[in-house]
Amino acid sequence: MGLIRKMNMDQEQTEPFLSSGEPSGPIETRWDNHRFATKLVNPANKRKYEIIVIGTGLAGASAAATFGELGYRVKAFTFHDSARRAHSIAAQGGINAAKNYPNDGDSIYRLFYDTVKGGDYRSRESNVYRLAQVSNEIVDQATAQGVPFAREYGGLLDNRSFGGAQVSRTFYARGQTGQQLLLGAYQSLSRQVSAGTVELHTRSEMLEIVVKDDRAVGVVMRDLTTGEVSSHSAHAVVLATGGYSNVFYLSTNAMASNTTAIWRAHRKGAYFANPCYTQIHPTCIPASDEHQSKLTLMSESLRNDGRIWVPLDPEDARPPNDIPQAERDYYLERQYPAFGNLVPRDVASRAAMRMIDENRGVGPLKNGVYLDFKSAIDRLGKNRIEERYGNLFEMYERITDENPYEVPMRIYPAPHYTMGGLWVDYNLMTSVPGLYSIGEANFSDHGANRLGASALMQGLADGYFVLPYTIGQYLSDYLNTDPVATDDDAFVEVETEVKERNARFLAIGGTRSVDHFHRELGKVMIEYCGLVRSREGLEKAISEIRTIKQEFWTDLRILGDSDSLNQSLERAGRVADFIELAELMCRDAIDREESCGGHFRVEHQTNDGEARRDDENFSFVSAWEWTGEDTPQVRRTEPLEFEYVALSQRSYK
Amino acid sequence: MDLSLKVWRQAGPDAVGGFKSYEAKGISPEASFLEMLDDVNEHLNEAGEDPIAFDHDCREGICGMCGVMINGDPHGPQSGTATCQLHMRKFNDGDSITIEPWRASSMPVIRDLIVDRSAFDRIIEAGGYISINTGAAPDANIIAVPKEAAEAAMDAASCIGCAACVAACPNSAANLFTAAKIQHLNLLPQGQPERFTRTVAMVETMEEYFGSCTNHGECESACPKNISIDFIAWMNRDYVKAQFKTFQKTGQ
Repeated sequence: MGLIRKMNMDQEQTEPFLSSGEPSGPIETRWDNHRFATKLVNPANKRKYEIIVIGTGLAGASAAATFGELGYRVKAFTFHDSARRAHSIAAQGGINAAKNYPNDGDSIYRLFYDTVKGGDYRSRESNVYRLAQVSNEIVDQATAQGVPFAREYGGLLDNRSFGGAQVSRTFYARGQTGQQLLLGAYQSLSRQVSAGTVELHTRSEMLEIVVKDDRAVGVVMRDLTTGEVSSHSAHAVVLATGGYSNVFYLSTNAMASNTTAIWRAHRKGAYFANPCYTQIHPTCIPASDEHQSKLTLMSESLRNDGRIWVPLDPEDARPPNDIPQAERDYYLERQYPAFGNLVPRDVASRAAMRMIDENRGVGPLKNGVYLDFKSAIDRLGKNRIEERYGNLFEMYERITDENPYEVPMRIYPAPHYTMGGLWVDYNLMTSVPGLYSIGEANFSDHGANRLGASALMQGLADGYFVLPYTIGQYLSDYLNTDPVATDDDAFVEVETEVKERNARFLAIGGTRSVDHFHRELGKVMIEYCGLVRSREGLEKAISEIRTIKQEFWTDLRILGDSDSLNQSLERAGRVADFIELAELMCRDAIDREESCGGHFRVEHQTNDGEARRDDENFSFVSAWEWTGEDTPQVRRTEPLEFEYVALSQRSYK
Repeated sequence: MDLSLKVWRQAGPDAVGGFKSYEAKGISPEASFLEMLDDVNEHLNEAGEDPIAFDHDCREGICGMCGVMINGDPHGPQSGTATCQLHMRKFNDGDSITIEPWRASSMPVIRDLIVDRSAFDRIIEAGGYISINTGAAPDANIIAVPKEAAEAAMDAASCIGCAACVAACPNSAANLFTAAKIQHLNLLPQGQPERFTRTVAMVETMEEYFGSCTNHGECESACPKNISIDFIAWMNRDYVKAQFKTFQKTGQ
């Protein structure tokens, strides 16, 4: 059942491929058959199991709440002060579901098809089909929880369109859909906290996974308020800790989003899949200067009504409204007439970058392109636009001091989402038995590029509707066994490691702040491992990352101690892990000699500059296995087979 | 631009705190308020002084993690704006800025500008949810919700839980937060079955931790999401109704 235990080199030769453990048969029946075949834990026995959930975003909160409802004993941890703060809250645009309420030809099959195609044929068909199937249940669930989705005048749910789709299937709550879905999950979680099934620990950061006899048996946490390091054991551990876009320093992720939980798990045996698949989102506000600490996303839904353009003449310095129509280049509409401004994110981002490279960028630093609402306002009226995007327009104005109802917005691509993450099988279990990964933290459903409004869908699908079923398969083997005691040597050893590592950060006593190293790392990563990559650049990046690593461990200055709240110390651990991850991302990007989705290698493009995949040689998932501090990770592969979606070069023209 | 800061420093929950003065020099007017603090911290770290601890995360005004008193105003001078979305262009070169944590006995200081807002979670745990288990939901379109009701619920639901309302209130009351959370659910058809039990449980939990509302309205003007105190009136109405058996029995 997809249990991949550590294999030595001999076994690797006899069993070279990773198995996803996905069911076979007609794709429509796979999930149903799998659920029937999966072992159940009977209701009275569920309370005998303990499950640890790390992270309380959409995936973590929904999983923890559902486990609690089912009767499991759950310990949930978040490093925020409340489970409601996770970065899922910042998702703006919406959540996809194959309801076909607008009667425009949508179906589960079409959502599945669009998602596989949008992912540039680098995802697992069975997983994506399951995702499309449960998408409808998610919208039902959220609505019943009181998520105030937008409605039509008749009181039924409204939908809008998103990039990469030709149907309207996106449910939304103004520009705050992530917030509302997270509050729904948080409220369900709070209900379980109140019922006593979930024990919630806030301001607690996971610093290590504990593995014993090749199974995940618990975690080591640090209380961020008191600095206390403690061990927690359970029958299974679930990581729902989000993505790693902050490896680029400047990204749309929240400041604290990090890779530590999944990276520590990787170092303890969990394979890291497709680390080079990162998404650069096309509609962010361009940086205003180099002190900027983060980039702000403007929902992709804006591309429904906004038209993207740059001046035809690179020297044109007139204010945008003074540039006549004939002297504007609506380059997406020109290059991709079928999808126009709604091409998928990777395509839109690269097109914007080409404009800026041709020196046709706009704004004071010439680092943006226009997103213009004039024709939509003329057509629909300002009120309708305000109703759809009011809060986004306000946010834009607060940041830039420009009024987008009157002046076109300026946008530029920014790192936003990571499709890569811990490798998981069909049951969402990592290569370490008993360790699961859900939501953005895993690699599973988006292939090499994620379509808009499908991150919320995947996080909630994993948490509400997939993992609560599939975890039974593993747990049922451990009925009437106690979790490993936290005074076991396995825990004591790891606790000591954690404490020593913190002491090491404090002892360096150098001159540079942790943010300095993070910024340096980000510059290297965005330059060489961002939108466009080349072998030469990536090799250069690796050598620069090694220099940064070396300087980090000799010149870092962290003040204070580890026995109280110390934000610099928290960040030091996260940046140290980002540095290690960065090198693996570059190695994966070198290794994948093709362009697909968010991974664009200059060596592999068509004559008109579009990505060129190599299905013959690269139709697989790369899953990297940690082999020790001084030896590089080994790549293992999970072949991808496409029985339903015909492989073709993606075309949005 | 150059600024003079007076910042509350407090080493821990039980330590004695006090103001310390810092100079912030060469700050870009395009910087956000928190980026200005980042810059100050960078210099403090260089000088060997512990950086100022402050809560923040998304820096897009949606997570509710950030929030400090800026010259006595929660989240500073710009209305409808969280601290992270406040930009330095709203200040003048040479300004003096006093920065303090939220002040309320139910939200003790953890360190410097960071406070413990967990009392808000206790209010939600008391009833701020609709009791439905995963998998039990009917089709999403089976219940039509009047557009106006959905919009009003959304207005309430846009609360980010930052606690500026408590910090602004002379009584440290949490009525705006609690009312927003209650009315988000009470305004929707899905929220009707538990409307009265929810209201009573959440109001009574609120009163365990926070002061009473005396209609100053400071909360509304401090709210970074412009949440209306009308919700407090609706909460009070539901709370009163909940005291009568007739309403409880008919559920409306």
